[in-house]
Amino acid sequence: MFDVAAIIIVLAAALVLYRAIRGPMVCDRVLAVNVIGTKTVVLLALIGFIYKRPYFLDIALVYALINFIATIAFLKYREMGRLD
Amino acid sequence: MIDIILLLFLVICGFVAVAMNDLLSTTIILGAYSLIMAIVWTRLNAVDVAFTEASVGAGITTVLIIAALSRTQRMEAQILAGGRSKKYEKYKVKRLLLLMVILVTGGILMYGTIDMPAFGNPNDPANLHVVPRYIKKTYEETGVVNFVTAILANYRGYDTLGETSVIFTAGLSVILLLRRKK
Repeated sequence: MFDVAAIIIVLAAALVLYRAIRGPMVCDRVLAVNVIGTKTVVLLALIGFIYKRPYFLDIALVYALINFIATIAFLKYREMGRLD
Repeated sequence: MIDIILLLFLVICGFVAVAMNDLLSTTIILGAYSLIMAIVWTRLNAVDVAFTEASVGAGITTVLIIAALSRTQRMEAQILAGGRSKKYEKYKVKRLLLLMVILVTGGILMYGTIDMPAFGNPNDPANLHVVPRYIKKTYEETGVVNFVTAILANYRGYDTLGETSVIFTAGLSVILLLRRKK
């Protein structure tokens, strides 16, 4: 059952990847990559259950924290034109 | 099944990242590439590598590339804009040559994987050289519970020290290049 859920989430990520590739604006792409990151978190938790290793959940949590760094950098670059 | 879809994602991301002219979009696509690659590492049970891939590939590298883009140009140079000029013909020939080199190198690398032993086979020569000794003796020799930590920090301590100095030098040069101008 977890396998089916994982495949469905990967297919959902494929839909988002289409938006990341086609997306006419940079903002579309940033949003799409952010959603892919969220999918990654869920997928990691699912893989933890598939392999019967509950400590993957901690890693999924830290992924969710890392996920914001790139988005914040993009938005700051778009807003100010520089990072420092 | 999932693995094949994920690897397909990686190939698509790679092609799109090369094909785009907007370098900011390329950076974003490469961030997605790193996240998918992290899932692949986790599927291979290499959680620490996956963690490094996500934090370095999707996190720090993206920020560094954006910082570099803010100092240079966002768009790739438009060589194609010249149309049918002589420069364009030269560029086309050069691109075909590069493609040939890449295809040949990739073919040689794939040919090399044919000789590799089956994945995860405990009787591989690679798994019979020093691995049994590490498994038997690590705890009594070093007192560290985790093999990987013991190998990195005890048996290969000097190697890790060298890697740390390399990373320190790289960090210093990044700070020197990207520091704020007074």
